[in-house]
Amino acid sequence: MYYGHTIFEKSQEGRRGYSLPKSEIKEYKLDEKLKRQSCPKLPEVSEFDVVRHYTNVSFKNHGIETGFYPLGSCTMKYNPKINQDIAAMEGFSTIHPYQPVETTQGLLKIYYETQKILSNISGLDTYSLNPYAGAHGELIGLMIIKKFHKDNNDLKRTKIIVPDSAHGTNPASATVAGFESVEVKSNKDGTVNIEDLKKVVDDTTAGIMLTNPNTVGMFEKDILEIQKIIHEAGGLLYYDGANLNPILGMARPGDMGFDIMHINLHKTFSTPHGGGGPGSGPVGVTKRLKKYLPSPVVRKAGDLYLIDYKDEDSIGQISHFYGNMGVVIRAYAYLLTNGKERLPEIAKMSVLNANYVKESLKDVYKLPIEGICKHEFVFDGLKDESIDVRTLDIAKRLLDFDMHPPTVYFPLMFKETMMIEPVENESKQTIDHFIKIMRTIAKEAKKDPSILKNAPYNTPVRRLDEALAARKPIVSFKDYTDSLKED
Amino acid sequence: MFKYLPHTHADIEAMLDKIGVDSIDDLFSDIPAKLKDFELDVPHAHSELELIKHFKQLANMNKQLVPFMGAGAYDHYTPSIINHLINRQEFLTAYTPYQPEVSQGTLQYIFEYQSMITQLTGMEVSNASMYDGATATAEAMFMCTAIRRKQREILVSETMNPNIINVLKAYAEPQDIKLVMIPQDEGHTDLKALKEKINDNTAGVIVQTPNVYGIIEDYEGYSEVIQEKKALFVINQDPSTLSHLKTPAEYGADIAVGEAQSLGVPLSYGGPYIGYMATLKKHMRKMPGRICGVTKDQDGKRAYVLTLQAREQHIRREKANSNICSNQSLMALFVTIYLSTMGKSGLYEAQQTSFNHAHYLYDMLLKLPQFEAVFDRPFFKEFTLKCNIDTDVMNNKLQKHGFLGPLDQGLFNEKDKGLVTFAVTEKRSKEEMDSLIRILGAL
Repeated sequence: MYYGHTIFEKSQEGRRGYSLPKSEIKEYKLDEKLKRQSCPKLPEVSEFDVVRHYTNVSFKNHGIETGFYPLGSCTMKYNPKINQDIAAMEGFSTIHPYQPVETTQGLLKIYYETQKILSNISGLDTYSLNPYAGAHGELIGLMIIKKFHKDNNDLKRTKIIVPDSAHGTNPASATVAGFESVEVKSNKDGTVNIEDLKKVVDDTTAGIMLTNPNTVGMFEKDILEIQKIIHEAGGLLYYDGANLNPILGMARPGDMGFDIMHINLHKTFSTPHGGGGPGSGPVGVTKRLKKYLPSPVVRKAGDLYLIDYKDEDSIGQISHFYGNMGVVIRAYAYLLTNGKERLPEIAKMSVLNANYVKESLKDVYKLPIEGICKHEFVFDGLKDESIDVRTLDIAKRLLDFDMHPPTVYFPLMFKETMMIEPVENESKQTIDHFIKIMRTIAKEAKKDPSILKNAPYNTPVRRLDEALAARKPIVSFKDYTDSLKED
Repeated sequence: MFKYLPHTHADIEAMLDKIGVDSIDDLFSDIPAKLKDFELDVPHAHSELELIKHFKQLANMNKQLVPFMGAGAYDHYTPSIINHLINRQEFLTAYTPYQPEVSQGTLQYIFEYQSMITQLTGMEVSNASMYDGATATAEAMFMCTAIRRKQREILVSETMNPNIINVLKAYAEPQDIKLVMIPQDEGHTDLKALKEKINDNTAGVIVQTPNVYGIIEDYEGYSEVIQEKKALFVINQDPSTLSHLKTPAEYGADIAVGEAQSLGVPLSYGGPYIGYMATLKKHMRKMPGRICGVTKDQDGKRAYVLTLQAREQHIRREKANSNICSNQSLMALFVTIYLSTMGKSGLYEAQQTSFNHAHYLYDMLLKLPQFEAVFDRPFFKEFTLKCNIDTDVMNNKLQKHGFLGPLDQGLFNEKDKGLVTFAVTEKRSKEEMDSLIRILGAL
């Protein structure tokens, strides 16, 4: 199991993986009292050791190019190769963030044009591309809500309404922004219960956070009524852009009455998820909230693009520089590749795929919400509830067929949730194969539940003892070697 | 047909048939008609050739300069293998490792990353990364107020990079955390002032080394003062300097944070970079972000898994330590491969060269009448001088010769106008430095 080793276990004293130029400059000495006492134990390996090690480490991952990846609410679409080539161009990658703006016009143009396209797609006035991720965007949006009410001297507005189906980041962001979250109940179809909403809305409401379509893939048909209720009560509407994909070019959050939103460029606009970032979570606002956007702001004066730090009303600076520009470049390339012509097609094909999977499997998996869905939908375990198999078991069995399972046990509205999002890039053939496998698994479950309960069998490792990891945290190689000494 | 959309006409018909609707439009009947009435005003679709041409033009609108500026973004050498490896689709396109059986690749590199960050900082536990150094510092501030729940004041050194201070201010405001500045004593956090300002309401003290002027701060005696008031000690440190410098752990820090861009990450106009955060085990349960731990699978094989997830937003919702979800995972892989390739001796050698070259340039510039020393303090790869000529004129001249000149501290602080900060890494050759010296000497 040599390839199962960590890089530290491959280390051999004296080995090297780098070459640096010889310097003609004499050695300067650092004051002894400022020096660390011992050397950090970093690996000593050759260049080829590093390459082979991480290549083998990579084999233990399932990526989008490995196979089907219908992970609900994550929009695991194809990450075009050309966008990687473009982002790596030296005219982008070697530019220092503090270069004078006359020397960075290309990058500033990309920033400016991207925010303009995002504004048009979403029906909002302006965007800041500074936020680094979706949850970061949420936090910035909520800071803007807070500042808005504060400027109106409306200080009793301390509550953010969040549906019970919302992403976990929503209530977490509300807390970080110094708000209290209030939960509003969902109808059976997952949409917001208007009666319950009316009950929780009052003069302490700062705003509401919604995803539309929501996390069970249903479009909030009553969105115009919801926006009226919130606005009349003096609150603002925040749109969580995690589920923007199925309404691209079909409907716009701004027209629905949303005041603020973020977009996950790593979902809707195909930038690589990277195993959990770097993402990008641009925040858009209506005209009246523009002045609150984070600093700095990129603007255009005549033909020149500028960076502006001096907006008195801004919520301030929320990133060291201008966000994940490398990610923005990829998203801009994707937007241009698709253009006006293809953006609505993305929405249409993602919705077609989701409904097709739903209709093709609802005879064997329990469909708790009937009707047309958008880009994703949920099953609530097997239809035959007499079978002693859980959603987790189905997910683990899918791994044996080189497919990534759907999102499981989220949203919390159902007991055995499986949230399926088959994105627009997936062909009917791939989806038919998935449907076939899901049927095979349902049959196996009926015949012998233990097949599923012991799955997976063909993965690099099998089911893990998560309790052991939490009971006795081994979180570094040093911990690991110490634990071996104890044994 | 379109290259990213595989559906044929026949596919679409068959799928609509299965769904039981007549047209694609029927799938959007739930959206009120009023909302569908708009026109997209975005550019037309570009072919690959048009796209490349367009981006080449945009890239050419940026001027590649040889930087003698740092200020939070450093031009270090990037071994070629890193980009090849991080662009492997298994790493690049995967989601967060929530299905550990098929995410051992991501989990293993996070474990290796955590191991390397704890080695560098001397701390006991690291998370899987933060957005950038500034937001990592803000999260450290939240950790302080979460651990010392009744203490609502944070002391921040005036010698920190002002961008980090600005981010702290923006994050502190909605939670009504009070920030109090610790003044400097000739370019160094003033210990005497710290002693005066710290009080029973202080939850944390945040300092940075090397600081905004490039000065190496010495925190001997700080932790005693801070511990006496039951506050937490947060050190923001450029991790590349930890090849040489005393570690946050050796200074008695509770939390170490910083910007890890200096570990070979390309300048990329400010991002993606990567913030790091490490702490002591006693504070681990209050740390934000993902943590990977070792466990066993059902066959007893060593495996990795995200652990202590009960701190995180997807489990704890409004009670979570932080709202962070996506972080900078792929950049953590970048840093891990950088530190593996450079290894024990390479990191030291690159940083020693940066140190030597910075000191050479410092000595040479002080021989010119255009510059004067300001601080009599140790520095690492960045140093600050008083500039006797107009800094705009100087930097314009340097730019004409292809150089990015030093940072004018006046950009950060009006009172520091005319103080300029140069950064020198191992990438700046003697030839480049001598050429810079010649140009400056002729002004």
